[in-house]
Amino acid sequence: MNIHEYQAKELLKKHDIKTLRGKVAKSVEDAVQAANDLGGNVWVVKAQIHAGGRGKAGGVKLARSIDEVRAHASDILGKTLVTHQTGPEGKLVRTLLVEEGCEIEKEYYFGIVLDRKTGLVTLMASSEGGVEIEKVAEETPEKIIKVAIDPAVGFSSYAGRKLAYNIGLKGDQIKDATRFFEGLYNLYINCDCTVAEINPLVTTKAGDVLALDAKLNFDSNALYRHSDILEYRDPYEESEKELEAAKYDLSYIELDGTIGCLVNGAGLAMGTMDIIKLHGGEPANFLDVGGGATKETVQKAFSIILSDEKVKAILVNIFGGIMKCDIIADGIVAAATELGIEVPLVVRLEGTNVALGKKILNESDLKIIAAEDLSDAALKAVAASKGEL
Amino acid sequence: MAILVGRDTKLITIGYTGKQGTFHSLQSRDYGTNFVGGVTPGKGGLVHEGHPVFNSTFEAVQKTGANAAMVFVPPRFAADSILECIDAGIPLIVAITEGIPVLDMVRVKKAIQSSNSRLIGPNCPGIITPGECKIGIMPGHIHMPGRVGVVSRSGTLTYEAVFQLTQREIGQSTCVGIGGDPVNGTNFIDTLELFEQDPDTDAVIMIGEIGGTAETEAAHWIKENMSKPVVSFIAGASAPPGKRMGHAGAIISGGDTTAEAKYRILEECGVTIARSPSEIGEKMAGLLK
Repeated sequence: MNIHEYQAKELLKKHDIKTLRGKVAKSVEDAVQAANDLGGNVWVVKAQIHAGGRGKAGGVKLARSIDEVRAHASDILGKTLVTHQTGPEGKLVRTLLVEEGCEIEKEYYFGIVLDRKTGLVTLMASSEGGVEIEKVAEETPEKIIKVAIDPAVGFSSYAGRKLAYNIGLKGDQIKDATRFFEGLYNLYINCDCTVAEINPLVTTKAGDVLALDAKLNFDSNALYRHSDILEYRDPYEESEKELEAAKYDLSYIELDGTIGCLVNGAGLAMGTMDIIKLHGGEPANFLDVGGGATKETVQKAFSIILSDEKVKAILVNIFGGIMKCDIIADGIVAAATELGIEVPLVVRLEGTNVALGKKILNESDLKIIAAEDLSDAALKAVAASKGEL
Repeated sequence: MAILVGRDTKLITIGYTGKQGTFHSLQSRDYGTNFVGGVTPGKGGLVHEGHPVFNSTFEAVQKTGANAAMVFVPPRFAADSILECIDAGIPLIVAITEGIPVLDMVRVKKAIQSSNSRLIGPNCPGIITPGECKIGIMPGHIHMPGRVGVVSRSGTLTYEAVFQLTQREIGQSTCVGIGGDPVNGTNFIDTLELFEQDPDTDAVIMIGEIGGTAETEAAHWIKENMSKPVVSFIAGASAPPGKRMGHAGAIISGGDTTAEAKYRILEECGVTIARSPSEIGEKMAGLLK
């Protein structure tokens, strides 16, 4: 789960990590008020959307007067920002963060993630801040300093010093940065983050080490123990269909094609999309009904697929293990009866209780195109989506 | 036996009395696995579906001599159950549970590394040596005893591959689902190493996914160490970049983690690739000719 920058900074403050003072604004007047309340003579007006690359897209602007704050706020609010992370449709800006300005001495990068290779939470820092860190990682990997933390030992100051000295910090900055790194590590562990990224981390001419931006992402499997973080959820940032699917424990991702897919298991769901593409079709979605699906969730899955107007055919591909084929068959029949499926429906069932599942489908009066195996299913679905079946 | 499980395996289920735990324990027993009991704290002393229930894993091991455990505990308690299995000294722990918090698994992984236990999973279908022992949720009847090893990050795709093999009368030595989570116990290389050393395995199918570098590391390992032929399919070639498809993708791995990049490296390392999930069996049949 993603949250906004201003929310991330609230969490940073709770962990004694230095950020700039700032206020949230939902209107131009709010923004002006925020700037007045903050005082000073330089402010930054920042669009709050769940995507990186805001600066380049014109979503982050420096203001040197209240009039400029007003102008930038009215320009950014209500604008649709298109960045490399939003997709071509972009994201509408509904909220701003107005922050006090600061005199930056130098920009750095600091991030915490899980290193899957070692299974350890790993701190990363670089002297190359404020830029696309993926590029640094690719072109000059030696400029990213990494320290893995043993979960049984936890953070120790040496880890912070190792990073701080290696990215070229000096004097009092070392102690401040170490405290900063420890704070973010604690936040990462306490809040079950999957990513905690400060880009840039800056040193200021006033001598501070602070977070200019902050990106936090949380482990959705651990949210049950973080009701406070759940409150940060912004429904505007998530697709309506994907949210609806999540309510029923369905994993759904909308795509651009014409063949609706209903599959069990993430791997087989991806494999099904792959084979559709290999046969010249385009999947309309990724949908994993999971192992614990009931007749109702299958029915719900159908209604989500059918609510996508691009869908010209549906392919059901189930290999029952923990999921039983008869439950899927019951769900299909119930969905067809209730929703009236008008597009061609290709069904391939295999695995646990397959005979029972096929019997249920055969005894219903549904028009189902039965498929023998995976390849046959994909060929038939592609043909059906093109009106050739 | 082929690898890890066989006729000598004595299985207990942690979370045995729950609905799923009961169903799949009995399915495993009916397949022929030597199932000796289960653990549910607070229900010790009961006999559930003909098998004894114990309060602790330690007690279950003492009384039954179990050498393998299947974990069916809900996600928020699963890490604790795995740690209890490690404490009880169980050599093989198979965690089926899906949705365990990643940081819980980081602690478990550390504990596993300094123990004599091996963990398979979590978020996996389990492990089966056809005709001998099934631990997990896979449909037993699609398998057939034989000499091809299968290792996979995905559950249902494993069934698909096994089904294609069995249809061609190519049996399997052992099928291992290592699970789709970012932190797991046993990885591709661990499993490939076991298959390489196993006299009952002639060839291996490896099923991977986009994201992470596990498949590319495995590819390099195969090139250096593997004398047996390997067929590989990578799911997710059609996934649009930036969208996560159920299993968490890698972040700091660096380099290219797309299906295309993985196929390229696998081919360079001498692995036979199947670009369609429907070609896995066919490619293996071709290699065995």
